[in-house]
Amino acid sequence: MQVADTVHLPRGKAFVNPDVDLFLQLADDELMLGWRNSEWTGIAPFLEEDVAFSSIAQTEIGHARAWYELAAEELGTDADALAFDREPDEYRCSPFVELRLVPDWARTIARHWLYETADAIRIADLKASDDPSVAGLAEKIDREETYHRMHADMWAERLRDEPRFLAAVDDLWPYSLGMLRDSQREQLCERVGRDPVDAIERGEHTEDLRPLWEDMTMVRRSVPGATW
Amino acid sequence: MVTAERIWEALAEIPDPELPAVSLVDLGVVREVEVERDRVRVSFTPTFLGCPAVEVMRTLMADRIRALGAQPEVEISPEGWSSDLITEDGRRKLRESGFAPPTGAAPATLVQIQTAVHRCPYCGSEDTRLENLFGPTPCRSIRYCNACRQPFEQFKTL
Repeated sequence: MQVADTVHLPRGKAFVNPDVDLFLQLADDELMLGWRNSEWTGIAPFLEEDVAFSSIAQTEIGHARAWYELAAEELGTDADALAFDREPDEYRCSPFVELRLVPDWARTIARHWLYETADAIRIADLKASDDPSVAGLAEKIDREETYHRMHADMWAERLRDEPRFLAAVDDLWPYSLGMLRDSQREQLCERVGRDPVDAIERGEHTEDLRPLWEDMTMVRRSVPGATW
Repeated sequence: MVTAERIWEALAEIPDPELPAVSLVDLGVVREVEVERDRVRVSFTPTFLGCPAVEVMRTLMADRIRALGAQPEVEISPEGWSSDLITEDGRRKLRESGFAPPTGAAPATLVQIQTAVHRCPYCGSEDTRLENLFGPTPCRSIRYCNACRQPFEQFKTL
């Protein structure tokens, strides 16, 4: 691995280039969610879910890498530098993906289902992009995400009368709306069968981000500038 | 001077790092080979974007090309992989080593997977059931054969 120059981004606000900002939002969302999903590795309520959440984590992080590569081309850096060398408040992820939900299975499934439902809306728009590299990547990601959606929908169906799951969906609903652009939110309301509420928007971070960032970047920070 | 045919043959001898029973060419991972004097450009696409074997594949192919006396340029293709790219040979080798090759059209719902015919690679029975959509690598699911009571790995259709 080669070390690229660190790129510093504007803190807590959108990056000047709207494309780069979008790529970073997508990449940061997938990276953080991938990390959160991987926290179930070894401790999921049963073995099948251990495998499922680990595999989903791996593909989400793979998608993050692909979006980071698009941003890195514009910024003259590389995917690793964007993923690991920024300060916590330079990330553009939604607060939704930062929340540490382990060991609450009901909340985890509620987030999984809301995230995948919202993500499908976002990916459909990206597939229609004028930029062929964006549309092509979205197409590729969408095919992989189909399996995440099947898994999430199966769980939502199984838990649809479970009060703890329904309470978790209520609680996380404003967060999931905040993942999307204004113009995409009505579709989410329809798919989830809920009324719009004030969204918890991208921009501010939750308290859960810092400890995640510390874990995630620990090895990389331990030897700055190393070639791994 | 090395020819494109010679490069394809050489790449067809490189086992997939995670599924050594099949080669990178069998899996449909190698998309294009271009030879220009002593420079060989190979474009390839991992099965899933999150595939951890990407760098290993790249190094294996570059080493192989260098061993033939050419200068390798191995890059990732902008085109996505699809399980349709697995060759007939690849499908046979997968079955022989206990992996069910991808079957049917890419599913959009779980019901489509549950109603499609999936054959056990060991006994050939169609009486199999989905155990887990996810498996040891992103490209595989786990199924169980009710006839010979054997779990097996099913390649996802993508």
